[in-house]
Amino acid sequence: MSINSKKFRTRAIHVGNAPDPQTGAVIPPIHLSSTFVQPGAGEWGKFDYSRSGNPTRSAVQETLASLEGGCGALAFASGMAATHCAAMLLSAGDHLIAGMDIYGGSYRLFHRVCATAGVEVSLVDLQQPEALSKAIRPNTKMLWLEGIGNPRLSIPDLPALATAAHAAGLLVGVDNTFATPALMRPLELGADIVMHSATKYLAGHSDCLAGVLAVKSLELLDRLYFLQNATGAVLSPFECFLLARGLKTLDLRVREQSRSALKIAQFLESHGGVKSVLYPGLASHPDHARAQKLLDGSFGAMITFEADCDFETTKRIVKSTDLFRLAVSLGAVESLIEQPATMSHASYDAAARRQAGITDSLIRLSVGLEDVDDLIADLDAVLPAHGASRGPGVATP
Amino acid sequence: MRTPATLKPDCTSSAQSPDDPHPSRPAHKLGTSTLSVHGGESRRKPSDAVTDSIVCASTYIFDDTQSIIDFIEHKQPREEYGRYGSPNEKVVEGKLAALEGGEDAIVFSSGMAAIVGLLMAKLNAGDEIVFFDQCYHRSREFCYKHLARFGVVTHQVPTGDFAAMSAAITTRTKMLVSESPTNPHLTCIDLEQFVALAKRHQVETLIDATLATPGNLRPLNYGVDYVLHSATKYLGGHNDLLAGCIVGSKQQLDPVRNLRGIMGAVNSAHNLYLLQRGLKTFELRLQRHNQNGQAIAEFLHEHPRVERVYYPGLPSHPTHEIAKKTMRGFGGLVTFLVKDADWRQTADIVDRVKIPRIGPSLGGVESLIEQPLVMSYFSQTPEDRQKFGIPDNMIRMSCGIEDTQDLIDDLQQALET
Repeated sequence: MSINSKKFRTRAIHVGNAPDPQTGAVIPPIHLSSTFVQPGAGEWGKFDYSRSGNPTRSAVQETLASLEGGCGALAFASGMAATHCAAMLLSAGDHLIAGMDIYGGSYRLFHRVCATAGVEVSLVDLQQPEALSKAIRPNTKMLWLEGIGNPRLSIPDLPALATAAHAAGLLVGVDNTFATPALMRPLELGADIVMHSATKYLAGHSDCLAGVLAVKSLELLDRLYFLQNATGAVLSPFECFLLARGLKTLDLRVREQSRSALKIAQFLESHGGVKSVLYPGLASHPDHARAQKLLDGSFGAMITFEADCDFETTKRIVKSTDLFRLAVSLGAVESLIEQPATMSHASYDAAARRQAGITDSLIRLSVGLEDVDDLIADLDAVLPAHGASRGPGVATP
Repeated sequence: MRTPATLKPDCTSSAQSPDDPHPSRPAHKLGTSTLSVHGGESRRKPSDAVTDSIVCASTYIFDDTQSIIDFIEHKQPREEYGRYGSPNEKVVEGKLAALEGGEDAIVFSSGMAAIVGLLMAKLNAGDEIVFFDQCYHRSREFCYKHLARFGVVTHQVPTGDFAAMSAAITTRTKMLVSESPTNPHLTCIDLEQFVALAKRHQVETLIDATLATPGNLRPLNYGVDYVLHSATKYLGGHNDLLAGCIVGSKQQLDPVRNLRGIMGAVNSAHNLYLLQRGLKTFELRLQRHNQNGQAIAEFLHEHPRVERVYYPGLPSHPTHEIAKKTMRGFGGLVTFLVKDADWRQTADIVDRVKIPRIGPSLGGVESLIEQPLVMSYFSQTPEDRQKFGIPDNMIRMSCGIEDTQDLIDDLQQALET
């Protein structure tokens, strides 16, 4: 009976967490050592130098690979370091196609870092069938998209897009940060590389920055490992420990947060002071049917909505909630609220923001682990009263 | 530099009415999971960080002599020296007090440090305490071997036998002590009777509620004076830290806090941070422990190789009615006896289990399993084992939060091989 054949929740706790053979410690020790003693000159042990490999990092990478259904995983100092490593597979003259609904930091990396290295970048609305094949050029090498888009929570048709991309010889990379492997495993849906800002749900407690790449081909793992080792943005042993600890409750957290998010989305949709709600679990979401197909029974804990008010009132709403804290980032036990136009997606230029549907009055919620009734009461207290004419019910700032 | 705002009062208390331990939440009270995440924490933290920083300082500096004098004269609450308290400790103590619905909480470096700290602070030579006899064997050992050396007399009476407890009380009795549920028999104590007996004799009460947690039982709502937890278990929840705590009224806990400052059984800032982080998912983990415990107990109850299951959530448990009345869930600990098995055949089952690790402790996300005879009572005489109700064929399993079916399948293969 192999632990690798067990269910997701069991693997999250046990894979990569074998008890320490030296002491019997049920939790593997944190190996801070930067370097390792070698058997002899020119003879290499399992670990030599912590940038190249570290026991604590190896352990959490094993857990991550198992949860994503990959053959291996690499842990990075941040989500952007992971995305950058994947982007370094491209060379000058190559062309990258990215989805329209992506994190502002990825947008910035592609347009202002990869582009200066000679990589051509196009953003494509992947919700439009045929848009991908029209955008593919002879030098196109990679498609980059998000399993659940940010901030509009679009759900691309990953299996179809991967098939089309592979037919043209592209690598398919999926940022799976919003969905997490608890709800979607892109490698099983055709992706070659899955990326996470593990800062978010995977670690889950707003207290460590981390990034992950997982793949299903050993050849690709070798190439990415070479780049990681050569450029050095590895995850520290302390953060590896915190990430491993967070993974043990990942499934519980994501499902509970998703349950709360669905209730909050339904509350917002029925609220007279709310103009529109985007949540993949609502029948009104344009990709609801696809979300039911691709996500494993829950729809994630991110909600985007527009209150029936102007830019200034939106700014006031996001700073008036009590339990929802005004901050970028997401996916942790604490609920957060933000205005994408001025915060998470401020790195988009204004035209791209408009094109991606990021209006000034858009509000993004990351639903945490608090009691859902407390969260709803918190929002109810600051949303504009039913019917816009009565003006906003926002507390005095 | 910005200074953090003061504690937000609505995040620090969840006291409930004593006649109903788990009423539907009044509108102005926050839910348990909200308190798990935010209880005890400042709304504004240093550097505007969303999580608390780890303050490793052993000592804290004063601006000038006058500020030391102000501190001594209680004009300026602040830190002084790590053994007397620390910022991370205050946050965790606030969160634990909020979860337990108590006025104050004191955190110790282990559960045993907490009970030792409380008893040492409260008892003098010549005093007596009365204990229900199903309890953690180290608590018993401390009372008999060490409290006795300081002239404190401990009476042990059969668990749940209030007549025996009443008979053991003398004019020198200072405290009644019990676990609820007890370890490893999971006996639940009728806290109304327990407190009524203590009030009649004007003595204090201590309940070790480690196996219940504040998510399943709130002893303070019954008028218990002190609630004790080994926070190493469900509260920390990840098998990666040791800690203990006592919750009660500030007035009653002040002498305990003073003694702790002298005895020094405090936690490091790193450890406190891990405890705080563990508490954030406390409510969620506990729900899953409760579900797994109930499912495993029901599975074992039906299994032909099992002679008896001790689990308060089963109608077959002698204190099921008390448990149903006082608890919201019944926890992850399940004890059972293997039918017609000697100690070795019982050990074989423990050795065949694949997912739970063999080890002492409980309440973490990883399931653990052990045979009390071997793990805790190996060096005791058969007579003592019989006295404490530890037969050779007893197995104690702490159900973690793994997939329920995985755990059942694993036990099944271990029992049926």
